Amino acid sequence: MLEIKNLHASIGDKKILDGLTLTVKKGEVAAIMGPNGSGKSTLSYVISGREDYTVTQGEVLLDGVNLLDMDASERANAGVFLAFQYPLEIPGVATMTFLKAAMNAHARANGQSELQTPDFMRRVREAAQKLGVSQDMLKRPLNVGFSGGEKKRMEILQMALLQPKLGILDETDSGLDIDALRVVSEGVNALRAPDRAFLVITHYQRLLDYIKPDTVHVMARGRIVKTGGPELALELEKSGYKDYVGEAA
Amino acid sequence: MAAVQETVDRVKAIDVDAYKYGFVTDIESELAPKGLNEDIVRFISARKNEPEWLTQWRLDAYRRWLTMREPTWARVHYKPIDFQDLHYYAAPKSTPGPKSLDEVDPELLRTYEKLGIPLREQELLAGVQTSKVAVDAVFDSVSVATTFKAELAKAGVIFCPISEAVHSHPELVQKYLGSVVPVTDNFYATLNSAVFSDGSFVYIPPGVRCPMELSTYFRINEKKTGQFERTLIIADKGSYVSYLEGCTAPQRDENQLHAAVVELIALDDAEIKYSTVQNWYPGDAEGRGGIYNFVTKRGDCRGPRSKISWTQVETGSAITWKYPSCILRGDESRGEFYSIAISNGYQQVDSGTKMIHLGKNTTSRIISKGISAGRSNNTYRGQVSAHRKASGARNFTNCDSLLIGHDCGAHTVPYIESKNATAVFEHEATTSKISEDQLFYCMQRGLSAEEATALIVNGFVRDVLQQLPMEFAVEAQKLISISLEGSVG
Ligand SMILES: Nc1ncnc2c1ncn2[C@@H]1O[C@H](COP(=O)(O)OP(=O)(O)OP(=O)(O)O)[C@@H](O)[C@H]1O
Ligand SMILES: [Mg+2]
Repeated sequence: MLEIKNLHASIGDKKILDGLTLTVKKGEVAAIMGPNGSGKSTLSYVISGREDYTVTQGEVLLDGVNLLDMDASERANAGVFLAFQYPLEIPGVATMTFLKAAMNAHARANGQSELQTPDFMRRVREAAQKLGVSQDMLKRPLNVGFSGGEKKRMEILQMALLQPKLGILDETDSGLDIDALRVVSEGVNALRAPDRAFLVITHYQRLLDYIKPDTVHVMARGRIVKTGGPELALELEKSGYKDYVGEAA
Repeated sequence: MAAVQETVDRVKAIDVDAYKYGFVTDIESELAPKGLNEDIVRFISARKNEPEWLTQWRLDAYRRWLTMREPTWARVHYKPIDFQDLHYYAAPKSTPGPKSLDEVDPELLRTYEKLGIPLREQELLAGVQTSKVAVDAVFDSVSVATTFKAELAKAGVIFCPISEAVHSHPELVQKYLGSVVPVTDNFYATLNSAVFSDGSFVYIPPGVRCPMELSTYFRINEKKTGQFERTLIIADKGSYVSYLEGCTAPQRDENQLHAAVVELIALDDAEIKYSTVQNWYPGDAEGRGGIYNFVTKRGDCRGPRSKISWTQVETGSAITWKYPSCILRGDESRGEFYSIAISNGYQQVDSGTKMIHLGKNTTSRIISKGISAGRSNNTYRGQVSAHRKASGARNFTNCDSLLIGHDCGAHTVPYIESKNATAVFEHEATTSKISEDQLFYCMQRGLSAEEATALIVNGFVRDVLQQLPMEFAVEAQKLISISLEGSVG
């Protein structure tokens, strides 16, 4: 589903991704772990088309289609969803309004007719209930004054509504309390499907106890330095990154 | 929500240069010869069969105007206007005066249909809209049709072209015309007083709540024609009226002058809500053509506990010079100003308000949202003052500017003046940019750069949009995204 080949990317003259190669299969949940500053968020931005980054080399294919030729909204409509490490606030725009704009954009891009309002309301309500997002939050301006945990739930709510092919979760567990972690994880697990893949960026095994990964990748210095099964995460929990940090240099 | 969707659809559908209303209507019209002198003033007055007092009033204004100079304090730049190179009167030939709708030139009606104005009462009645809007349409210099007249008359409301009111209600016109914006007020207002063409007249009798929204649409059609409307609205004791104003003009290479005067009078306990969606042709992408909009709008809260509220959405015109103001004369009277001013391309906006507190315990509120994109310049200029006797006066001002891109400018020029120690004036101002992060976030959810910008801007102006009557708010939202077209990417 997702194929990244020898990806090099920089911002200004700072090189951040340095020959990263990674394959994620349909239906797979791939965890990415790695020290602070190793380039995990950068990877998520480069996949989803943030403009500040310059890709100097390499390929990113989703179902064989080159994502690097598309702008951010085209990639989103092609099925890439990023749950942000730091979700943005959009003052004055009611969450409901935002959700509808996003869903309609997806519908249009995929040649479907826009959702009728009652249909839309029903889908949002159902998804919101599962994730413990209150009606009050849906009326408020998007993310404005939301707590850290509330923002993260809102990201997963959006993912549930937009039904992407590839979901990238960037430290979705940070800022969540124990109950919220469980609710959010259940939300993600409910979205696991044979034709959907996830890239789960996290620092902690705790999240992976809930969202069980198929593969675990260690990222250091802008590339994947080790790939293994779920046991790799447990190993890292014990020994840290010291073995990998040097290796990539 | 639907409106936002429509908004983004509209953005997609419309080209930068394609001003939607830029068509010319093919109607023969009667033009006064170019230039301005006492004969032209007399000609205009004679065309309208005006009484002698009004002819004299115009001539006084004209003589005064000759001694005045164009104001230069606003942050706008343009080549000097040749006032002798303009027509000061243009009337569609087939409509010498206001008539019933059936007699109006069908070509004109089609024009207004293109503009989406529901001139025909039947359409409105048959439509899904639950609220009714009475419309007075002004085409170049002449008012061509006023709808719902009969129904309004039942409530005692007078809503007609001012040229008609001069004849049907001379005592009201003579009493109030020029009583808020004096003949000598400023260069453009004085010019307007000399040559004003037509406009709307509204009188709401004591204790009457006007049964529907009143609305005027202005359209400049003729080439090289100045448009000088004059609107006069009087809300008698304890009455209420909500009035909407919309405007359009065809695309032309040269600049067209528009210098209107609007006077509002609210007597004891009366309330006037005046909303404008200003969408005059802004000029093309290189800054050629467009309307010069030099307008004087002022409301007088003459009676105690009266209230006047201005809401404006300004997206058009090459140059906007406009400060809808309130004189808070009556004790406990209240003035409000809610404004969205958007500039793009080479547009220049210098707009704001004045709140003049004269009476005791008077209050005012100013919410201004300026949005600049392209190479435009957008200035908020606001004056709040308290007279010596205005004890307990209060004002709250919030003035936010949003910049889109790197070549535009936003400026805030507040003047605050208090001669009474008990007056309390609060002023808040912010300037922000649409952040790349916000844009990326929205685009990551599938919105195009333009949809994302429109959404963020609509959020930014929400406080003000909420002040508009529903149908107008939807229209305004569309206009906002249309006028931001081409500002990103
Ligand atoms: N705009 C920028 N300008 C300069 N350097 C940047 C910029 N954005 C990111 N970097 C640098 O790129 C490197 C990778 O950052 P990134 O956010 O991708 O790391 P990360 O692996 O997500 O870290 P964390 O675990 O702390 O979230 C860091 O050294 C960071 O300082
Ligand atoms: Mg990160």
